[in-house]
Amino acid sequence: MKAVTAIDQLAESYDLVVVGAGPAGLSAAARAAELGVNVLLVDENPAPGGQIYRAVTMTPVTDRNVLGTDYWRGAEIVARFERSQASYAGSCTLWSIGPDAAVPEGGGFEIGLSLDGRARLIGARQLILATGAQERPFPIPGWTLPGVMTAGAAQIALKSAAIVPAGRTVIAGCGPLLYLLAGQLAAAGAEIVAVLDTTPRSNWLKAAAALPNFLRSPYLAKGLRLMAKARRSLRFVGGVTGLAAEGAGKLAAVRVERGGSITTIACDTLLLHQGVIPGVNLSNAAGCAHDFDTVQHCWVPRLDDWLTSSVPGIAVAGDGAGIGGAESAALRGEVAALSAAHRLGRFDARERDREAEPLRAKLVRALHGRRFLDLLYRPAPQFLAPRQDETIICRCEEVTAGQVRDTATRLGVTGPNQMKAFLRCGMGPCQGRLCGPTVVELIAEANGTTPAEVGYYRLRPPVKPVTLAELAALPQSEAAVKAVVR
Amino acid sequence: MFRSMRDAKAGARLSFTFDGRPLTGREGDTVTASLLANGVTACRETPVSGVPRAPYCLMGVCFDCLVVIDGIGNRQGCLVPLREGMRIETQHGRRQPEEVYG
Repeated sequence: MKAVTAIDQLAESYDLVVVGAGPAGLSAAARAAELGVNVLLVDENPAPGGQIYRAVTMTPVTDRNVLGTDYWRGAEIVARFERSQASYAGSCTLWSIGPDAAVPEGGGFEIGLSLDGRARLIGARQLILATGAQERPFPIPGWTLPGVMTAGAAQIALKSAAIVPAGRTVIAGCGPLLYLLAGQLAAAGAEIVAVLDTTPRSNWLKAAAALPNFLRSPYLAKGLRLMAKARRSLRFVGGVTGLAAEGAGKLAAVRVERGGSITTIACDTLLLHQGVIPGVNLSNAAGCAHDFDTVQHCWVPRLDDWLTSSVPGIAVAGDGAGIGGAESAALRGEVAALSAAHRLGRFDARERDREAEPLRAKLVRALHGRRFLDLLYRPAPQFLAPRQDETIICRCEEVTAGQVRDTATRLGVTGPNQMKAFLRCGMGPCQGRLCGPTVVELIAEANGTTPAEVGYYRLRPPVKPVTLAELAALPQSEAAVKAVVR
Repeated sequence: MFRSMRDAKAGARLSFTFDGRPLTGREGDTVTASLLANGVTACRETPVSGVPRAPYCLMGVCFDCLVVIDGIGNRQGCLVPLREGMRIETQHGRRQPEEVYG
């Protein structure tokens, strides 16, 4: 691995640029480099690992039991990448993808990168986006109060800084990660006063058909172990149908609705989780087509068997290509790398197919049983489209569910892009990452249609904010100067 | 608020300030993790209604951890490693031009 620590150490151009240093990105970059491809891996975090293997090379957590064996497996993936010839730029943000003006017949990309307050545009012949997943937005009244965080945030704090919530902690939501996190935080010494499970009981019926496959899947033993451990030691509350965070200026309690009864639990920290969805901002802004996956209930990029998107030269690997977990992410990263190497002329299609065969077999095994989890942990409708009008759904611009509903019904706004123009939702710094899915859901519900028909925000670079100072100080290429002169 | 785990690996201590208050953090932690570990409850006030906000996602998605670092506003604290002597401040509302030259 060749570490890039300053923006001017980057080459003018790379054969392949991989975005994101989680299991998919690390595996893709390592495999491509092993095949002799000139590859750069960029990642905005200070250390490799992504979120699942966050800080695996430098975590201050010493007791290996706290994070479990799956976490430490990430060290092997990082080690393989470090042995490769790939270049690695950590703390580096990619903010744009565009066509490369220097390649007249097209086919190449020009990407905008920022590192340590300085920006540059460089070339990439092929791109693999491995930007992973984010937690599904889970808007409840009061979720913007200090003291309310995502469950993943607490896990990141634990992995990267060995800190745990102090005081009374409540975990609420739905999905396998909820049990994992509760177990990890309890093992790390946090005082978890309740785990509030919002999984709709009716989901069990819908998931039953997928159960036989799940029973033969690697998830089963792991899942049962996690659930048994968490349930043994923690207070579980199932069948939760409504939640609200309460407090003045900061969180003081969580209000829990269960069936018809309401209780209040005093707490200092509330951790929310409603499963994870692909982070689509970069692939969307790059012009890749997306479809609504009705089983995982989220937008996913439209990809072929080689994970290539509708934009030739851009592939999407890992959970950004659809939620599959860490093991499948690493495998998909390798498949995408083989395909990119083939397009770059490293080997012929026959060789590529042969190399991919064992990876595809492992992928099938790794994803076995996924459908059961997706159906069982599908969020309840009232958490996808909040019922209470006062619930903020756009944290940046403080737009409420009631405003979106009203604008959809009374003014007849039918799509998220028009909604953006009316209410500014999705126009703050997070660029729709935390309101997009909810806005779509609210419009669909108000108009009696589906998220697939409503569509999603049309996003544009810069995908992450970049300062004017950085743009103004960009080294000028000949093509850029000509563009202005004309 | 957050506290350190028992048996956590010790790191070099770094001095920094938050709104002028002298604090210490661990080398290798991000600005946001250091604030959380020091019991800071909120790090910004929103531009729309001025209410306090605290770090929410810790992975660069939510932008609720925005702070002013060494005079530069709109920094995502969860992506910036803590450095010795950093001057971190609450971001009040939008980033103001004078903060650039702070």
